[in-house]
Amino acid sequence: MGPAVEVHELVKRYPKRDVNAVDGLSFAVETGEVFGLLGPNGAGKTTTVGILTTMVRATSGGAYVGGVDVLRDPVRARARFAVVPQRSNLDRSLTPRQNLTFHAAYHGYSRAERNARAATLLDEFGLIGQADTKVDFYSGGMAQRLMIARSLMHEPQVLFLDEPTTGLDPQARLFVWERLRELRGRGVTIMLTTHDMDEAAQLADRVGIVDHGRLLALDTPPALVRRLTGQTVLDLTVVAGAGDDTEKLLAALTELPGVERGEQVSAAAGGAGPADGATLLRLYVTGEPAALLAPVAGVLAGRSASLTDVHFGEPSLEDVFIDLTGRALR
Amino acid sequence: MTTVTDATTTAAVAGPPLRASARRAFLAILWRDIFVTGKEFWVLLVQVALTPVFTLFIFAKVLGSLNYVSADFGDLLLPGIVALAAFLTALQSVAFPLVMEFGWTKEIEDRLLAPIATDLVAVEKMLIATLRGLLAAVVMFPIGALVLGAAPWRGAGFPLLVAVLVLGAWVGAGIGMTVGTAVPPAKISIMFGLIFTPLMFTGATQYPLTQLHDLRWFQVVSAMNPLTYCSEGVRAALVPHIPHVRPWISVAALAGFAAIFTLTAILGFRRRALS
Repeated sequence: MGPAVEVHELVKRYPKRDVNAVDGLSFAVETGEVFGLLGPNGAGKTTTVGILTTMVRATSGGAYVGGVDVLRDPVRARARFAVVPQRSNLDRSLTPRQNLTFHAAYHGYSRAERNARAATLLDEFGLIGQADTKVDFYSGGMAQRLMIARSLMHEPQVLFLDEPTTGLDPQARLFVWERLRELRGRGVTIMLTTHDMDEAAQLADRVGIVDHGRLLALDTPPALVRRLTGQTVLDLTVVAGAGDDTEKLLAALTELPGVERGEQVSAAAGGAGPADGATLLRLYVTGEPAALLAPVAGVLAGRSASLTDVHFGEPSLEDVFIDLTGRALR
Repeated sequence: MTTVTDATTTAAVAGPPLRASARRAFLAILWRDIFVTGKEFWVLLVQVALTPVFTLFIFAKVLGSLNYVSADFGDLLLPGIVALAAFLTALQSVAFPLVMEFGWTKEIEDRLLAPIATDLVAVEKMLIATLRGLLAAVVMFPIGALVLGAAPWRGAGFPLLVAVLVLGAWVGAGIGMTVGTAVPPAKISIMFGLIFTPLMFTGATQYPLTQLHDLRWFQVVSAMNPLTYCSEGVRAALVPHIPHVRPWISVAALAGFAAIFTLTAILGFRRRALS
């Protein structure tokens, strides 16, 4: 069984633009995987998903969903995938339930099948009690749940989601995440585009970071974080010994093998600062941070400093994202 | 919360069965529009009937009873109003919703993502608009009879009547889609004034084209309006004693316009649906 989603040397140039929106993008998403496509605004994410979902015509290259060439056979491809957009595109002339049943009808489901599936999905998404009101009465979270339910009506192999939980309250967000994990468990491939690094780190098995229409990195979130900065972080809260100062203490710690560099973290950056007299020192470590604990304790004991707190930190996906795509506003 | 059902589990493993066909998708989309039209039937009725009722009432009844227009003006006007209803209802049925759906609500996306060619979604839109136009035309007869006291009817003209109304409504739908896919939502009121009003008043609904000898320029302008041939065709079918364009010319002109505007409509729809 081939990949669930594949793009190959994909290029899209919109008319009257002098740069390619998508510029030779290639990647593959395995069946049953949750794949996060990250990138700043205008990076080419939406265009890429647009091509995969047959709404944008590619300039060149190949795009396949569920083994179907979407450029050659868009109609057949549409039966294989479903799209959940960021903003509601629910049919407001229909009730929530009818939104589901008509969707299934477009996909060729019989009346009995679509009614049964609609009832099941409405129940699963906690909407059964408000299934026959007006869509206009729905909150953002309910509309989002209904759109996901609708997308599942025709049993897609691949689900494309755009910013699935942006603007949702924490409860709805957790609910949606849970449903998505459950779907992965059923073998549905999920491709999500998001700016929300937390969401990507929570959900995605692998993440692709794109900018200027090109793929900058592709790996699992932990590997991405490790590989790109090549280091983990050891946070030490220390009280320097009498007659010693933190500058010298930090210098001594930085000389330890495996420590790349160190810095004194200001209270403001670290949120609540350490207690009186204590200082927060951050060491950037290339190896396993736990292995450094003994040498660090040795240095501290040698200078009669006391250690009050230790924390292993990892740079987040967000750091990686900023590192790759820069700080400039889009 | 219920657990996973069997139906949902099979999807990813086996792949969806090849249940979808373009025909079924087309009929489902058409059924959606018929269903929604049925739900909002009274809205449609008010939308299509009010203007013609007042037009008939003022121009034929009021001005007729005051002797400003001749008593049989209603015979000329009602067929024109029937044609106008078919044409304009079809046009509005597709133009306004499309401007909103493409520009703002994006409601159409669910149908664009159905397993059916995009062109067929456009054709479906024109088909439902045509059906709504025909419905409006049918409604005009009892309304006209009510306002005027009688509506002209001629069984022998029935085939021609059907032909010109179907073609006229289809042309209206084609123009509606062409305009609806070209105009951004913010400009919708401008489009109404700039396009629809001139179409309504240069379409020979209130006057016979062939008798405009003394207003030659207006005759030429009217001759370029597709609605003219629908009005003339309906008059040829119902009230042949009033001078009219020869039926075959009306039908041929409407067919020509239908071909042109079907093409521009589908191109416009494609442009908006696919980028």
